[in-house]
Amino acid sequence: MADLQLLAASGSETAARIASGNVSAGEVLDFWLERAAGDPLNGYLWHADAEAARTGVSADGGALSGVPLAIKDIFCTEGVPTTAASKILGGYVPPYTATSVARTAAAGLPMLGKTNMDEFAMGSSNENSAYGPCLNPWDAERVPGGSSGGSAAVVAGGLAPWALGTDTGGSIRQPAGFCGIVGLKPTYGAISRFGMIAFASSLDQCGPLTRDVTDAALLLGILQGRDEMDSTSVGIEGGVSAPSAERLDGMTFGVPRGLIGEGMEAGVLARFEETLIRICELGGEIVDIELPHAGHAISAYYVLAPAEASTNLSRYDGVRYGLRASDEDLLSMYEVTREEGFGPEVKRRIMLGTYALSSGYYDAYYGRAQRVRTRIVEDFDKAFGLVDFVVTPTSPTVAFKLGEKTTDPWSMYLSDIFTVPISLAGVPAISIPAGLAEPDGGGPELPVGFQIAAPAFGEQKLLEASYALEQAIGFDGSPGLEGGSP
Amino acid sequence: MIEREQVLHVARLSRLRLGDEELDTLAGELSSILDHVDKLAEVDIEGVEPTSHVVPLENVLRPDEPRPSLERDVALSQAPDPEDGAFRVPSPQAEA
Repeated sequence: MADLQLLAASGSETAARIASGNVSAGEVLDFWLERAAGDPLNGYLWHADAEAARTGVSADGGALSGVPLAIKDIFCTEGVPTTAASKILGGYVPPYTATSVARTAAAGLPMLGKTNMDEFAMGSSNENSAYGPCLNPWDAERVPGGSSGGSAAVVAGGLAPWALGTDTGGSIRQPAGFCGIVGLKPTYGAISRFGMIAFASSLDQCGPLTRDVTDAALLLGILQGRDEMDSTSVGIEGGVSAPSAERLDGMTFGVPRGLIGEGMEAGVLARFEETLIRICELGGEIVDIELPHAGHAISAYYVLAPAEASTNLSRYDGVRYGLRASDEDLLSMYEVTREEGFGPEVKRRIMLGTYALSSGYYDAYYGRAQRVRTRIVEDFDKAFGLVDFVVTPTSPTVAFKLGEKTTDPWSMYLSDIFTVPISLAGVPAISIPAGLAEPDGGGPELPVGFQIAAPAFGEQKLLEASYALEQAIGFDGSPGLEGGSP
Repeated sequence: MIEREQVLHVARLSRLRLGDEELDTLAGELSSILDHVDKLAEVDIEGVEPTSHVVPLENVLRPDEPRPSLERDVALSQAPDPEDGAFRVPSPQAEA
């Protein structure tokens, strides 16, 4: 049955079938539009129809032509609503398209829809969406992670072959880990940020969420590159190609033992240790390393990211686009619009950031956090002088339950303890599935992510190592790929 | 510890009109977050330069040539209250 084959296929496998004439691009698009339309996870905030999906898409885009893509609702799409899951952008229809979306369209990838997320990408559970939480396809009582929760859930849940997300402190890797798929955060500067609604501009980076490492490499190949609309974009020299490594001989993997253990679930730790053994079986070497300042990363991040966010989000003032909630005097209009338009987590971060940047506190908070960031950058520089890769679990736990961490912001922030240091250093990292584990306290098994980080612009080597490891792990679990609906 | 008065001050700087209950909640939450953040004081940053950006780039330039930008009506298309080719806002002064 063609349908079930399409459901189980990776993006590259589907592309190969289209290229060989085994199935038509039209049949592929119809199949995925129907899957997406039946979304039981609240993974999509907007659904394309066949015409909208093809708008602006090259008919002759190349090797991946015809494989549709789900796009996080943080990417501006001309003529298509873009909300960043915020009420303040309800009904906003951008007059231009993000470079990443333009690139995938030029490569012939139709757009399936815009995916759910934490409001303005602020969150680790997708519970901060103004349009309701997205559910984890493995267990509808659990979160898919965040902020790219919708993108991860639709790929894992069989509602899209692959997706675009963004990662500021872990927003691609953590949901990929929670949903049992691959998520890649490229080096800061590898991909243009033009048209990506800004959260924390020195950290935000676009990346793919996919079924396998090969798909991540192929999408990165399309997305990466210098863009004159983003002066911080530099691209990846030499481009990116599909990985093929089978062994890890001669490669060294650093484990920051000082970070690992505390607050971690036993099942996650077990899958992590098993994966280290697999690395050795493939010829790789495990080396204990230190990242002495990485334990301060969450604190530094929750000064720097909110500070940048508080300035970036000052543009939502009810004047040029989005919500306007009052027509009293000008100041009241600003204040009431922002009060009604932003959700609690966004307000919390704007307040935190404004405080950290305010007169009398700037040096103590923002200035200090920037210097701690330098220390963390130095830690990674030193580590990569000793080893080829740094490996950790992606998250300390498997997917947690809806509502479990919403009352204590800091406990939610700690779910990014392994991803945030890498974001501050700006280096690339991937999360690949390392198997399943029972949550502490029992219950059905859930996916565990294994994170691998590489030196800046070392994506090709990162993908080769990830590919070899992925083949050895042989993870084939996916909740949505058997029998139809997840 | 951050006092309620300070929260109100920051809310004004942030152009957020917070209700009484929200102010109290935020005072507690921000205090708790700042307690964690204050651990940054343990890090020796003597002589350390700040990092604002990780990619070593400077002075990215392009020729300063005029080029088309968004048409005026397109730029105004999403405005809550456009008029005569401009963005209209309420008066800066409250009506007496």
